[in-house]
This record gives sequence, structure tokens and C-alpha cells, in this order.
Amino acid sequence: MRRAAIACLWSHWSRHPLQLVTLLAGLALATGLWSAVQAINAEARSSYAEASAQLGTGRFDELRAASGPIPLARYVALRRAGWQLAAVLDGRMPLPGGLVEVMGVDLLSYPALPAIEETSDIDGIAPADALLAPGLLIARPETARRLRAQVGLPPVTLSQNLPTGVVLTDIGTAETLLNRSGEITRLLILPDQPDGLAPLADLAPDLVRVQAEGRSELARLTDSFHLNLTAFGLLSFAVGLFIVHGMVGLSFEQRRGMIRTLRALGLPLRDLTWLMLGELLLFALIGGTVGLALGYVVAAALLPDVAATLRGLYGAPVDGDLALQPAWVALGLMMAVAGTFAASAQALWRLSRVPILQAQGQYAWSAQGLPVLAQAGIGTLLICAGFLALAVFDGLVAGFVMLGGLLMGAALLLPPLLSLALRIGAGFSRGPLSTWVWADMRAQLPGLSLALMALLLALAANIGVGTMVSSFRLTFTGWLDQRLASELYVTARDDAQGAEIALWLHSRADAVLPIRSTEVQVSDQAVFLYGIVDHPTYRDNWPLIAATPQVWDAVAEGRGALINEQMARRMDLWPGDAVTLLPGWTLPIVGVYSDYGNPTGQAITALPALLERVPDLPNTRFGIRIDPAQAGDLRTELADTFALPPQALVPQAAIKASSLAIFEKTFVVTGALNILTLGVAGFAILTSLLTLWAHRLPQLAPVWALGVRRDTLARLEVLRSVALAVMTAMLALPLGLVLAWALLAIINVEAFGWRLPMHLFPLQWLILLLLAVATAVLAALLPARRLRRLPPSDLLQVFANAR
Amino acid sequence: MRVSILIFLLMLPFGAAAQGFAGLGSDADGFAVPERGQALAFPRDHGPHPAYRIEWWYVTATLTGANGRDYGIQWTLFRSALAPYEKDGWQSPHLWMAHAALTTPERHFVAERLARGGIGQAGVAADPFEAWIDDWRLAGPDFDTLDLRARGMDFSYDLRLAAQGPLVLHGDRGYSVKSQDGQASYYYSQPGFTVTGTLTLPSGPVEVTGNAWLDREWSSQPLSEDQTGWDWFSLSFDDGTRLMAFRLRGGRGDFTSGTWIDADGTAKALPDGLITVEPLNLTAVAGRDLPTRWQLGVPDKALSVEIEALNPQAWMATSFPYWEGPVRVIGSHGGKGYLEMTGYD
Repeated sequence: MRRAAIACLWSHWSRHPLQLVTLLAGLALATGLWSAVQAINAEARSSYAEASAQLGTGRFDELRAASGPIPLARYVALRRAGWQLAAVLDGRMPLPGGLVEVMGVDLLSYPALPAIEETSDIDGIAPADALLAPGLLIARPETARRLRAQVGLPPVTLSQNLPTGVVLTDIGTAETLLNRSGEITRLLILPDQPDGLAPLADLAPDLVRVQAEGRSELARLTDSFHLNLTAFGLLSFAVGLFIVHGMVGLSFEQRRGMIRTLRALGLPLRDLTWLMLGELLLFALIGGTVGLALGYVVAAALLPDVAATLRGLYGAPVDGDLALQPAWVALGLMMAVAGTFAASAQALWRLSRVPILQAQGQYAWSAQGLPVLAQAGIGTLLICAGFLALAVFDGLVAGFVMLGGLLMGAALLLPPLLSLALRIGAGFSRGPLSTWVWADMRAQLPGLSLALMALLLALAANIGVGTMVSSFRLTFTGWLDQRLASELYVTARDDAQGAEIALWLHSRADAVLPIRSTEVQVSDQAVFLYGIVDHPTYRDNWPLIAATPQVWDAVAEGRGALINEQMARRMDLWPGDAVTLLPGWTLPIVGVYSDYGNPTGQAITALPALLERVPDLPNTRFGIRIDPAQAGDLRTELADTFALPPQALVPQAAIKASSLAIFEKTFVVTGALNILTLGVAGFAILTSLLTLWAHRLPQLAPVWALGVRRDTLARLEVLRSVALAVMTAMLALPLGLVLAWALLAIINVEAFGWRLPMHLFPLQWLILLLLAVATAVLAALLPARRLRRLPPSDLLQVFANAR
Repeated sequence: MRVSILIFLLMLPFGAAAQGFAGLGSDADGFAVPERGQALAFPRDHGPHPAYRIEWWYVTATLTGANGRDYGIQWTLFRSALAPYEKDGWQSPHLWMAHAALTTPERHFVAERLARGGIGQAGVAADPFEAWIDDWRLAGPDFDTLDLRARGMDFSYDLRLAAQGPLVLHGDRGYSVKSQDGQASYYYSQPGFTVTGTLTLPSGPVEVTGNAWLDREWSSQPLSEDQTGWDWFSLSFDDGTRLMAFRLRGGRGDFTSGTWIDADGTAKALPDGLITVEPLNLTAVAGRDLPTRWQLGVPDKALSVEIEALNPQAWMATSFPYWEGPVRVIGSHGGKGYLEMTGYD
């Protein structure tokens, strides 16, 4: 009996291969997009963890200076007080193709690192090679190639145990490489300290102890980025499940007669349910596996861009290579199975209630949803709950909860709203056919509502994200023009050369603006403090988003400080507040400026005031104001006079281009997911229409019998689908704009620390509307074509078979 | 690069390849090698000799607490050069390593320190004398009056040393031969310090008195290729005489050497073959068997004694591990001393 039942169940799929393919495709799409995002996140996270393990960061507390480097003498003094510390000098070294991070550690005292172990196992490398001049650089092969291409660098040895773009070396070699003799960036506090030491707070009150778990700035920033991706993955997953829901519903509906027969022949309901569950599990596994493969391909395609974004935006070390992780496979399949059962729950529940002997009702399978008013109530409640969450809790998660509530609530509100619109529309109808069309649309609405919800969500997400990306691009381009006002940026080899260059430029350029900064700790967070000279370049161009009157006078006289938006929002400091930049130096905040693309806090004050407190401020970078027409000549002359390498002289345009490139890449992923989501929604409409098809005949046959031709009916089918799509799109517009507002004003602020002004792009909306119409037409075309070619005998049969 | 490799370099780096060519006074890597007949000069030679590859300042003390219990402490500062020159800053070729230990009959506490030369974290100055690494210190106005301190995670000591006799030059006026092949080092000692001070144990502080022995040695090639380890004794007898003796174990048999020191400080070298050493008891220590009871004889001096470790588990679990601890002496002469054993793998 069971075997016969299996054969019976399977026969449905062999007779409807398209349904099977659609079901599996829906599952694959849902799993694929979700898994792709998970793979990208997992890869990035494992890169962070690996980098942390490879560099030994995050394991020990550290000492850092409140400002600038720690002098070597301080380290020795603390050592001679008994503290067991390991000295590290971090820095960046320019190479063709971008900067590399140099991490110089005292190889004798730094905790064992995999790369060092690996190197020490290489025959022919002696301790003297690493500790004595010229020293030894350790890097990944990709990085090593770039290092070896440079003349005059120490020998390079390869290690896979390092992040890309990082050069590990002894602190003595790093001093020479970075030209920072006698400087230390941070001191690791080693785990085994002797008993009875004098407290560090007494020995070194000017050094800040940073807890190992407190250095999570990178994690916090990238967490937001990953949460963003996850939210999009989840959205795609939900939309994909709409397809599964539609297909499972359709197949159950079409097998209703078969189920009744099987039950009547004596197959227990329990057995039947198990068989159906087994069938679903099988599909979930097949669809899930295909989805995983798809996800892997998508992730591999997107990862290089994500990695570039993470490196460019946060300096987070992520490789562009994707590794297949077993946990990812298991999780993906679990999601597929869980999603399949969730999407089929309704169908399974109805299966248990199929009356064996009773004739099938005339209404569509899925016509029995929630009462319209209750659905509207729940929808409104969800939206309110979302906003309530935002009002009560802070942070990115609250932002996403709000978005989730908003989107789900709006989706639930869609059928009641459409129903209302149709009711109003029916009031305007003239003639019997048009009255029938309106009424028929309302009758179809319950069956189509899930697909329309998917379309609503996809359209809203597109409008929201599109608005955000376009607003961003517009704002950012304008901001770059303001911020990068100097025509040429130059980096000297050292302070002495810096002074020479400044002197040389004095008579040749309109202005030389030194770019001098030091790292300070404000509220336990690293902040870069810049000293500037008073110049119209700043007064005219600097993009202030909040300021007190005479802000630039206050800055020029050292009476006030400007801080960037990230710092203002993170520490809740605004004009009128005061900030302690260095121990004993507190300044009122006179302005806040936008600073897109910078993960860290930043502050600006007058250079003379800063030099009074930090006399040994590096003096190697300058912005040069000059007639743009002469910038090229000046660049050549500078390079020749001071033997500067090309990367030390960067024209404004090059910086702008590279900054824009980073930002374009940031949104490649969201853009790709966006388009896929819309595709999935279109697919959902198609499957819904196909589901409804079986019920259409009893409804269409009487109309046909009354004299309406089949091609007219087919046209009306398409028209109906388009009308519903257009109505949905209309409702998606306000939702999308609310979404855009939430992304710009809440999510972006939490994730990146800046708020962007919102710009509206009506042309984009028009394109989306057309896309929605096209989707609806495409989805309706198949059923319409079928209808047009339907033999009249089939329509007649409706009257013959009183089902 | 790995610390253990560094330590290996510090302790046993030089095979036969590093032999000096007679008369030239330097080995293949440009390091100076000891030459017979070179007179030592003080206080200059209390300080470091950067032209030589390896050097140490080595203090051991046998102590008795106010509670009547026996203790021992060790304090050692090693210098190892990667190249025979001096340079300020991180890229100085000199590396420093120090070991401190405190031994009771039941416990043995060990700590280790490593430091780069050239930055001031560790070093030695001859006059006024100071040897230091981190907060560990052996220093005094002069070499006869020294303060000694060190601390680890669970112990520390702070002692005052006062010399009661002259310096003792080992071998031929400080030129101490280490093998049949003629490898040698410069080697002198101050064997007769009296000690007062405080040990701090997990159970609390203990006031102690006793005797300390300070060894100074530097070379560029202390061992032959076939030599696998050594057993080294510094013994102070109740009658005021003292004995330094070592046995280098090698593929061609043992090589012994020592110095007999009379109560007035007069020293007599004991060249190869004049000392007999015989392990009596093996003790399982740190996964290997080590002789912690010995028979030692110097027939010329009518000496025949049994030497027994105060705590057989005095294992120095440092980057380069070895055994070092206080011993008791019974037999023809009674007394106390220190024993060091390396190369038992």
C-alpha cells in the first residue's frame, strides 16, 4: 500500500515537471542567497579571527600613550620596574599598489606567533638574520611579491600565517623601515607578572591601559556591516519561501482528489502525512544542496568586492578567497529544511482535514486566510511595535527590529488595503464585464496576496536601498569636492625633508597646508588629533554639519576644537560640550564636520596650540594649493628636486577616484541582492498565478459561456495582474521611502557613524514601476497563453463535471 | 628566532668549527678566543667582553633560615652575542638571559628573563659594579660588597653579599681549559661571600644567613663537538677550604678540571684526571633520570665525600632546561655547596 502511495504521490511530479522545477528553484534561491551572505560573513569573521590569532592581538591588555608614541626609555623604565611587557611598533609603509601594515615586534619577548615559528623552522635562517640589520621581513606570498619588487628593502621570507597586506618583522627592523627610531606604538602586558609590582597607574600615569576585550572597534564596525548583509540575506530567504509556499500549496491542491482516493482506499492519515513529510524533506535537501552550490558561486563572486570594502573602509584584513566550511553546509541545509516545513505548514495542516467523502468546495485552496480586519489589525500592531522598539532600545539591532516590524506589518496590511482599493474601484465600474473584472480581482486577491506581499517587499527594498545608495553617492561626491580642496598632496620621507619641502614650496605654491596629527585616547577610544593652520581653504570648504558662530576664529586661536561626525555621534558630543584631548587639555567643541569613510574619531584644532603640547608631531605630509593648471608641473618638479617616489605625490583627482571606487564597491553587494530579490518576487507571482489556475476554470467558464471570447479573457488576465502589481507598487513607494529614511537616519548612523541627507529620485521610481509591471506581465503571460489556447471542450467540461 | 633556539645559541652554540687558530685570537665568525697568558685586570674584567660570544655572572648561595631550615638560591645573567660588535638600539647583537631560583627541601621556584642589549633593559657595568636585567640586580659599590635581588611570580629574594677573601683565578691564571682539544674560557670566582637577607616565599618572608659563590666566565668556544654536557660542583667545607670541580662528558671520555682553594684563598688548579666523580643514585626528574647523589674524590687532597641534593627536584624548567640546586657534603670533609648538571636528555 505504502509503495503504491509513494508511486501515486510521485506521479504528480512526473506529470508536472515545471512545478517540481519551480519548487526546487524557489528553495534553491531562498537557500542560495541566504547561504551566500552567510558564507561571506563567515569568511570575513574567520579572517578577523585568523588575523587576530596570527598577530596575537586581542589576547593581552596593552599600554598606549595618551598621545603619540611611547619613547623607548619609558619601556625600559617599566621593564626595570619589573613589569613584563612586549614592545610593538606599528606603522604603514607606502608601496606601489597601496600601503602595507608593518608590525614590528620585539621578537625576543613577544608571545610566540605562528609566522615566527614557521620562519624559525626554515633552515638557513638564523636569529641573527632576523634581529640584526638589515633584518628580515615576513609576509604572505602576495605581499612578499610587492615587497621584493622594491629596491632597498630587507630580505623577505614567506609565511601563510599572516594576513594579507601585513609585514611582520623585528621592532629594530621596523624602526628603520618606518623611520621612527626609538618609538613604540604599544606595549603588550604579558600574562606572567612577578608578585608585588608597583601599579602601572603610579609608574606610568600617562599611559592608558587598554583591555584586551575593549579593543573591539574593528569588530563593532564590521559587525554592523555584517548585520546589514544578514538582514538582506534574510529578506531574500523570506521572499524565496513565498515561492515554496505557493508551489507546495499548488501541488497539494492538485493532489486533493488523489489524497481523498488514497485515504478512501485505506491509507491511514498518519502514513500519508509521513510520506508527504518525507517528500518535502527530500525536496528540501535537493533544493538546499543546489542552493548551497548557488550560494557558493554568488559568495565567491561577491567576496572580492566585500573584502575590498572591508579593507578600504575599516582596514579589516579579509582575503578574497572563499573556503568551504562544513558548518556553513549544515546550517544552509537546516535553513532549507526548516524553511520548507515552515512554508508548507499550512498545506500540511489542511491535508489532515481533507474530508474523505465530501465534494471539494468551489473556493480556492488558499482562500481561507485570516479575516481581513484581523490581518489589518495585526499589521498595524507590528508597525507600532517596530517603532516602539526603536524608541525604547538603541542601536543597530533595534533599527533592524523596527525595519522588520515595518516591513512585515506593511506586508500584512497590503491585502486589506488592496481589497479596499478594489471595493472603491468597483464603485466606478460600468457594465457587467467591468463589474465582473473588479469582483473577480477581489475574489483572486487572497490567493495572490502572498505573492503580492513579496512584490511589495522587493519593491520597497529596492526603493529604500536605491534611495540610500543614490543619496550617498550624491552627498559623498559633493563632500569629496569640499574636503579634498588641495590640488596636490605630498608625503616627505622624514621630518627634515618635510621642512625642506615646505620651504621650497613657499615661493612656488599659493599655500602649503601641513597635515600633522597624533593619536590620542578620548574616552578609551583612539582619536586622531589634527593641527591645522588658519587658511581660507578650511574656512571656505570644510563641510561642517553643526557649528557655533565664528567657529573658524575659535579654531584658529586654539580656543576650540572641531570633531568629526562619527566621534560626535559615538560620544554624544556636540557644539557647546567640551572634550579632553590630552591630559590637562580640554577644549570646547565649536563644530562638527562630516567625515565619510573614516572609521575612527577625529578632532581638529590650531597647529600652534597642538605643537605646544606635542612638540614632536611628525611633519611629513602637506596639502598644496596651486592653480590646477600648474599642479602637474609642480608635481614633476617636486619629484625631481626631492627624489620622491610617485606614491609620495598624489594629485587630488587620484584620491577622489580611489575614494569613490571604495564606495562603489561598498554597494555592489546590496545592489546585487536587490536585483535578485526583485527576481524572486516576480517568480512568486508566477507561481501564485499558476496555483490559482486550477480554480480559474470554474470561474471563467460561466463568463466564457456568456459570450466573452477566450482571447479577451486572456487579455483581462494580464490586465488584472498588471493592475494588482501597479497598486502594489503604489503602496510600495511610501514604504520604500520610510525604509530609505530608516536606512539613512538609523541604520547608517549606527553602522558607520554618519547621517546622510535624503535625496529623492523619482526617475528611479518610474523605472521600478515599469519593472513591476513587466514582472506582472511576464508572470501572467503563461497562464494567459494557456487560457487562450484552452480547448472549448475543457471549459464545457466544467459544466459537465459537477465536482 | 624561536626563543628556545635563541637559548640554545646562548648555551651551547659552538662546535669544533668555532675553534680559534692559534695566535690569531679570533674564530671564524670574528669573535675573540681566550688566549693563555693574558692577565686578567680588575675591575675592568668584572664588566662585559663584547668581543667574546658568551659570558656569564653566576651567583649561588647556600643559606640557613632563622627557622633553622636550609635554602639555596641561584642568580645568573648570561650574555650572548650574535655578532662581535657593539651597537646601540634594538639591533644590538647582544642578547641577555637571566635565571633566578630559590630552593627549599620541598619546593623549587624558577624564573627567567630575556632582554635585548643596546636599549638599557639589561647590561653590566664594571665600576661601580652593576649587573641587571629588568628589576633583577647584582650591584654594589664594588665587587666585594654586593646587593642581590630577583623575583618571580611566587618568590623573591633580597640579599647582601660581603666578600671574605680574594678573587680566585681558575686554571692557568684564569685561563680554564675545557677539553682535550684545548677549548678554553676565562674563568674566575669570588667563592667566599657571607650573605644576609630575606627570602620571600608563598608562606611569607624568611630571614637568612649563609655563604655565596660568584663565578665569572667568558669565552667564544667553551665545548668540543663530542661533549654532551657537564656536572659542575662548588663546595665549601666546614674547615674553610673550598673546591670547584667539573666534569665534561664527551664521546672520548670525561674531562675533569677543578680548583682547590685553601682557607686563606690560595688556589691550586686540578688539571684533567686529578678528580674522580661517580654518580651514586639516579632520581627521576622532569621525565629523565639524573644523578642527585655523587661520590667525589681528590686523592691529592685526601678528599673523599658523598654529595647529596637538598632537593632532588631542583629542575630549572627554563627555555633551555637543566638541573641546579644546593647540596650537602659528608665524608672526609663536611660542608655545603651547589651542583649543576646539563645535557641529560
